[in-house]
Amino acid sequence: MSSVAQPSEPRRNDAGPDQNQRVASVEFFVVQFLTGLASAASLFLVASGLSIIFGVTRIVNFAHGAFYMLGAYVAYTLTDRFEGFFGFWGGIVVAALVVAAVGALLEIVLLRRIYRAPELFQLLATFGVTLMVQDLVVMIWGPEDLVGPRAPGLRGAVDILGLAVPTYDLFLIVLGPLVLGGLWILFHRTRWGVLVRAATQDRDMVAALGVNQTWLFTSVFALGIFLAGLGGALQIPRNAVTHLMDLSIIVEVFVVVVIGGLGSVLGAFIAAVLVSELNAFGILIFPKISIVLVFLVMACVLIVRPWGLLGRAEGPARQPAGLSIRPWRPMSQNQRLIMLAVVVAAGFAPFVTGDYALTVLAEIAVFALFAASLHFLMTVGGLASFGHAAYFGLGAYGAAFATTMFGMPMIGSLLLGPLLGVAGAILFGWFCVRLSGVYFAMLTLAFAQIAWSIAFQWVEVTGGDNGILGVWPASWASSPATFYWLALAVSVIGIVALRVLVFSPFGYALRATRDSALRSEAIGIDRSRVQWAAFVIAGTFAGIAGALFAFLKGSVFPDNLAIPMSVDGLVMVLLGGIETVSGAVVGAIVYKALAIWLVSQTDLSKLVLGAIIVLLVVAFPKGIVGFAEDLLARRRTRADDGGSAARTAPAKATAPTSGSGAAPIAAPKMEAAR
Amino acid sequence: MSTPILEVENLSKSYGGVHAVRGVSFTLAAGEILALIGPNGAGKSTCFNMLNGQISRDTGSVRILGRDTAGLRPREIWRLGVGRTFQITATYPSMTVRENVQVALLSHHRELGRLFGFAGARHHAEADRLLGLVGMRDLAERPCGELAYGDLKRLELAIALVNEPRLLLMDEPTAGMAPKERVALMRLTATIAREQSIGVLFTEHDMDVVFEHADRIMVLNRGSLIAGGTPAEVRNNPDVKAVYLGEGSVYGGEAAA
Amino acid sequence: MKLEVHQLNSFYGPAHILFDVDINVGPGEVVALLGRNGAGKSTTFRSIVGLVARREGRILFEGEDITARPTHEIVRRGLGYVPEDRRIFTELTVEENLMVGEQPERTGAPRWTPEKLYTLFPNLGEMRGRLGGRMSGGEQQMLTIARTLMGNPSLVLLDEPSEGLAPKIVEEMANAILAMKNEGLSIVLSEQNLHFARLISDRAYIIESGRIRFGGTIRELEESPDIRDAYLAV
Repeated sequence: MSSVAQPSEPRRNDAGPDQNQRVASVEFFVVQFLTGLASAASLFLVASGLSIIFGVTRIVNFAHGAFYMLGAYVAYTLTDRFEGFFGFWGGIVVAALVVAAVGALLEIVLLRRIYRAPELFQLLATFGVTLMVQDLVVMIWGPEDLVGPRAPGLRGAVDILGLAVPTYDLFLIVLGPLVLGGLWILFHRTRWGVLVRAATQDRDMVAALGVNQTWLFTSVFALGIFLAGLGGALQIPRNAVTHLMDLSIIVEVFVVVVIGGLGSVLGAFIAAVLVSELNAFGILIFPKISIVLVFLVMACVLIVRPWGLLGRAEGPARQPAGLSIRPWRPMSQNQRLIMLAVVVAAGFAPFVTGDYALTVLAEIAVFALFAASLHFLMTVGGLASFGHAAYFGLGAYGAAFATTMFGMPMIGSLLLGPLLGVAGAILFGWFCVRLSGVYFAMLTLAFAQIAWSIAFQWVEVTGGDNGILGVWPASWASSPATFYWLALAVSVIGIVALRVLVFSPFGYALRATRDSALRSEAIGIDRSRVQWAAFVIAGTFAGIAGALFAFLKGSVFPDNLAIPMSVDGLVMVLLGGIETVSGAVVGAIVYKALAIWLVSQTDLSKLVLGAIIVLLVVAFPKGIVGFAEDLLARRRTRADDGGSAARTAPAKATAPTSGSGAAPIAAPKMEAAR
Repeated sequence: MSTPILEVENLSKSYGGVHAVRGVSFTLAAGEILALIGPNGAGKSTCFNMLNGQISRDTGSVRILGRDTAGLRPREIWRLGVGRTFQITATYPSMTVRENVQVALLSHHRELGRLFGFAGARHHAEADRLLGLVGMRDLAERPCGELAYGDLKRLELAIALVNEPRLLLMDEPTAGMAPKERVALMRLTATIAREQSIGVLFTEHDMDVVFEHADRIMVLNRGSLIAGGTPAEVRNNPDVKAVYLGEGSVYGGEAAA
Repeated sequence: MKLEVHQLNSFYGPAHILFDVDINVGPGEVVALLGRNGAGKSTTFRSIVGLVARREGRILFEGEDITARPTHEIVRRGLGYVPEDRRIFTELTVEENLMVGEQPERTGAPRWTPEKLYTLFPNLGEMRGRLGGRMSGGEQQMLTIARTLMGNPSLVLLDEPSEGLAPKIVEEMANAILAMKNEGLSIVLSEQNLHFARLISDRAYIIESGRIRFGGTIRELEESPDIRDAYLAV
């Protein structure tokens, strides 16, 4: 089932080699179809939970996969301890309830603080939770795969057209539509459901009619998490429980909701069936390119219906990433001189530090360029990509191919390698810019994961998990000092180029599409073309950074384009300050240095990193540079007018709900603007 | 009044069997200010969005300066010389007032594809001239996100004038403005329209604005035009009173300064 | 007094919007809050029902201090709020919209049922199963008022009920508001349309730049053209 994702879930029901001999028979297709339907059940449960939560809270809960995984682990423990019919089925239900309770707790502690934050921050915060859960799960249950019991009463198989179909699969096939019907009744025939649908559209209005929306949200979130936990718990008779199942399911769920339409439960059902069947048959018919099949279907759906089969056109992002009300200015002469001095000082590093430090500094330079390229797309373009590592990784693989396959010299590889990243950005970007907001984020993530799967599975070319080794720099650049200078030079040139772009006419066009799509169309700007170009530009610079990275490490691995790498980039931009022009570079330097230090200090780096991400989003949403700019601006205001009573109210004025800390751009109606 | 700026013939649109607009025909001459009024849901917005290219039409033709706009997207219609302001202002909050106008000028001169050169230095004087026209020269350096609502409406007018339009489409140009600002904005629009012989089509809910500033008024009800003529004619038309104006107890006339 | 607002100050972020606003509403009264766009009318209403995060001063409803209460609790005490720009649930039918507003009956306030509301707003009765998004602006405005009445409030805040409506619909709206008054409801409405406000109100306040500049009967307002001209005039 998880061809899109990480192939880490061994199927227990695969009958093995003897089935392959019967590939062509009609009976076999029927059975394969049923297996696909059974797989769809869990996928639907998880995806519908995500959709329901999104509908009301407008949060795409990245941690949904983590709750799916928790459901499986808790169910494993419960069914392991309490055997028999009631032990098993009770354990499944109790596991889902336990997970729902944990979800409710998360909603109360964390999500309530970020409901009004920009989408990007919510995705990041819930991703931070995912990271933390990954480490916690390994701490509690250990790193080994766990195999749960079979379902009492449904252990056997039913004979269909002469082939054995597990009874449990039939149970799952029936369960899916039952849950779908139950949810429909819940939302259309109960007052709670009507309130939820009302809150989906306008939560403040629901409160203004006397409904306690705080608890309404908590209950919706708990329901969504219950479905995720149940989906996970129901998997234990079919698949082993692993600590990698969270990311694998979340990517599949993203694909499902993008196809079905975010917010639509019925859409989630249809898409879950579609994706599961594509996987079931894809593996049989095109074993090597089963990934591509899902990708093609998703692409077709998006061309015809950009908001999914049953989705509705979303308004523009509540607040596009990077939208600032502090107009950007190019650097003054003095600032340029300071920057020049900083770069020159960095160039002297080899004379004062050792080889290890230089390798670290070269890596920081590479990531500064990577972060700057993401910043260009995300802050200048307002397009928060959750899969930017794809172009970094493709650039790295491109350089590795050029070196190892075609024996190209280093300079040639550095020039040609990034072209693979460019090609990827051209292809994926064309689809992505058709969407915006969370859809854009999810689609970029899905594409990155597809690129990852190809790198992972196409062993003949990419070496799979073993990567490609022997990508060493030319002899003239092999000393740490020269390679550092090379990395620094490329990085500085790239960052300067991106900065020039920001203030170029194209940069203005890009910011215009971010600020107001409506106005841009009305003054002759072709939004999707501008954003596509920005996507390719960002992908190009990420590819250059990736190619450098390949030579820095001497090797490339699928990790280079995996989700954690994409998130590293996001955290760098966020840490530096999302509304600033120079934040990304500062963020990259601080984050990379911190991360390298952290890994050397603790085994629980995911737990710590996750906590840092959550803390950043909740407490310092403006990042380092944004915080500094605020301080400066405040000092300047104070100097300008000794405090006109109207404008300089005490600092506690900020609303407690505005976890985003974003300036009140759309302050409640225009009264505030006066 | 010579060649019509805008010729609309038998324009229709339906959604799911409901006729939003049916058989609407009219023309607009250079320098003329034409108001489109009618109850909510009468089809004003649909009409407007068809003229603008935001939604496609089922039947009928729209000619702007003699050119049929069938199949053109909003940005292509803009290139024909159509300026547009929105009911809820759409501007660029992260840019200064001047930069807002500069982006439109860059687009007009087809320079937005350039990857280098400082955009803030281009068309500086032209942007300031347009801002001066709407009385916003002093606000040029201000961040647009900090402007008062009435100023945003004037900024939209400046942006709409960037491509030397022959046709201005203004959707509720004075919505959300104070009475004094309404009069000022409409007078300004009228002056510019006459000087540059621009045809203006606007929708509006404030009858005081409509009756004072429109040369001609069309009344839309349930998708069809039910009346058209001078303000006085429309005001006294019994059909219009029945579906829209009522007995006149809730709008002024005597309130006009 | 039904509603007493004492020295209300409100803020959006660092911006100070309302300054020492005082408003009183007696039982069964219709009071108009007049002012230009941006004068602070909506902020006053939003502050009363607790939708403005930071507010100072004291707000008493039926003698009880509601200043620190969350919005839903304030509403459940019988203080209904109809926001500007309607905010109908477009994906819900008329009946479902009314269901969202439903609250238990309370003493001292008129009791509303869907049937009774369909007589007050006959249009709504003819389209009970229609989706909110498929209604005209005037019908939506009626529905948003009906939806709030389903909470059986004893006082209603109506934010710009005539905004964006055809003059003819505005006349219908005036009649509906008078009918609500006859049921014993206290009503506060914010308006820019002086013609409309004086048709239905007993008293009026004028707000300008977040400060109350005038308070008195409609007659007093009519007799002081200088005040009208200073704060409302064209």
